[in-house]
Amino acid sequence: MSGGTYLGMPAFPKAAHEAVRDETLRGNLRHATHTIRAKRATAVAEVSDWAELREAGKQIKDHTLRHLDRYLVQLEESVTAAGGTVHWAADADEANRIVTGLVKATGESEVVKVKSMATQEIGLNEALEAEGIRAYETDLAELIVQLGEDRPSHILVPAIHRNRGEIRDIFAREMGAWGRPAPEGLTDTPAELADAARLHLREKFLRAKVGISGANFMVAETGTMVVVESEGNGRMCLTLPETLISVVGIEKTVPTWRDLEVFLQTLPRSSTAERMNPYTSTWTGTTDSGTADGPRDFHLVLIDNGRTDTLADEVGRQALRCIRCSACLNVCPVYERAGGHAYGSVYPGPIGAILSPQLRGTGSEIDASLPYASSLCGACYDVCPVAIDIPEVLVHLRERVVQGGPVTREGVRVLVKPAKGHAAERAAMRAARWAFGRPGVLRAGQRLASRTRRFHPRTLPGPGRAWSDTRSVPEVPAEPFRDWWQRTHGGKDTSK
Amino acid sequence: MSSRDLILARVRRALADVPRDDTPYDRAVRRDYLREHGNRSAGRTVDLLAENLADYRALVHRCTAGELPATIARLLAGRGAASVAVPAGLDPAWLAAADVTRMPDSAADTPAALDRVDSVVTACAVAIAETGTIVLDGGPDQGRRRITLVPDHHICVVRVPGQVVSSVPQGLERLDPARPLTWISGPSATSDIELDRVEGVHGPRTLEVVLVSAR
Ligand code: SF4
Repeated sequence: MSGGTYLGMPAFPKAAHEAVRDETLRGNLRHATHTIRAKRATAVAEVSDWAELREAGKQIKDHTLRHLDRYLVQLEESVTAAGGTVHWAADADEANRIVTGLVKATGESEVVKVKSMATQEIGLNEALEAEGIRAYETDLAELIVQLGEDRPSHILVPAIHRNRGEIRDIFAREMGAWGRPAPEGLTDTPAELADAARLHLREKFLRAKVGISGANFMVAETGTMVVVESEGNGRMCLTLPETLISVVGIEKTVPTWRDLEVFLQTLPRSSTAERMNPYTSTWTGTTDSGTADGPRDFHLVLIDNGRTDTLADEVGRQALRCIRCSACLNVCPVYERAGGHAYGSVYPGPIGAILSPQLRGTGSEIDASLPYASSLCGACYDVCPVAIDIPEVLVHLRERVVQGGPVTREGVRVLVKPAKGHAAERAAMRAARWAFGRPGVLRAGQRLASRTRRFHPRTLPGPGRAWSDTRSVPEVPAEPFRDWWQRTHGGKDTSK
Repeated sequence: MSSRDLILARVRRALADVPRDDTPYDRAVRRDYLREHGNRSAGRTVDLLAENLADYRALVHRCTAGELPATIARLLAGRGAASVAVPAGLDPAWLAAADVTRMPDSAADTPAALDRVDSVVTACAVAIAETGTIVLDGGPDQGRRRITLVPDHHICVVRVPGQVVSSVPQGLERLDPARPLTWISGPSATSDIELDRVEGVHGPRTLEVVLVSAR
């Protein structure tokens, strides 16, 4: 997996003015996450059967994962029968090679992209760039990130760390170098900013010959792809180009068309807190030449890149149920303070803390420390629309770091040595110290809470109590991780 | 070994713990969620659709079939629309009263040409009341996906109550996955600036929905 530049902590030694910016960053994050939290609660309360939908979503995904080989083969057959071409990529490099080759075969040197976590995960834009192909991000937030030469910090709203004033400045300064400049006298009202993006991107959509997307769901039974979005940039990328390439993780499969009735209810309400997002597109292969509706060529690139290794872990595999709604980020007290970049991956927040170490292994300092970037308060589990027990997986991964044990890497079962005394463990312990002061003492309590939370969803006796009550989210240090890390020289100076 | 076989082999090895007689699909999922939320008359369902469409900033109009041509003509005139994209199978009567240049949906049209068209008028495949959603399936009276995407003004006609269902599960039942579908819930919007919803990014910035009843 690429994305080394994400490694936020040790590799993030920024100067003092960064710390000032951190003030803005934390303010922006607090504002945005608190707004969406309240809205999400309202959107969820509107449907009386939320608990049943959540359980069904969990069961559909679990069943699919337990029979993933069968469903992937079925998916391949359906997509092929509908006129699409399916490619398989074992890792990021292979996926990038496939996509680059497909783009080159069209003779084009630019592509329009709709936001996709999978393509960020594999570092597709950089790979294309290296081959002389320019990828234009068309999602408003991705555009902000791309123009600002920045990194995404949130699954759904990658520029959540930017406030409207900063966005205005980026647009005014950078748009001209990429195409149509921002209008004269652009202000920071969101409507004007959205309009500037519309004008800037329209010329790119209208001339685009190749589109690249991800997909929220793939239906094995029918070969249907589903893209859920808000702005219409997805529709543009999926509809106007002649060639469409969708890069999708193998875990996005669901068995049947009917299964969408669950996720098309839970995803919009969990992510943007809407009854329904403005646009959802579904397509199945290519339409016949008589209709000529949409791309003539459709390629589906299925990526593994650590997913099968994650699948091999009976506790950890539940992370693959994730539908990337970002609700867990928005409720997480650690995310709110640390910011998305600190997680050192395209998957920040609680889901990132359990997904990245599984996709990439816990060999690096950052990946070994991620399972500790949590206070185990359980708020993430409560909001998750597919009921991923994130605290359970965190504790499991902590044990793996500390005690070692069997894991699967690139399909091979290996024994990880206990990290005792290793750099990885030290990094992990420093992260733990930051997150809750006395990791050793709290460990028993955390495990108790995590193991029994499902039976006692609200209150636990004794030490577990504080961890099970989401209404009393444990105190997280007021100081952000990055500041703490820098001030204590990476936690080495423990007296502070 | 091909990557396909490699990945499938890895999946199988990863799932060594799954018993051969694992619960089959039809029993693995307890679908005890609701088919629809609440119990409404057909008329109330149409009202709910109108409310939810309006809540997400679609402009909602209601008329009878007889009034439809005049309604559409009025909406187009109100926009000052000179040209309108028209799906091949749209009932010609719908536009009979409108004083506009008709641009028939054609595979030969470039996106740039469509960008110069002021408005588009279509029917829909189904509308979902609980979520305020209209779904297009590329049928003859709806046209290619791009004609409802590039022009800045979309008038969508929903035949009520026949085309209206209550819920997402009911909507999916009526739709054919083989067709390219576009689900539309209000005009294009973004939550990307401080997680606040702003209407109007790339899709049509104005969505007008006409709920037309037989009488
Ligand atoms: S882990 Fe759950 S809450 Fe978090 S993004 Fe994934 S689906 Fe959403």
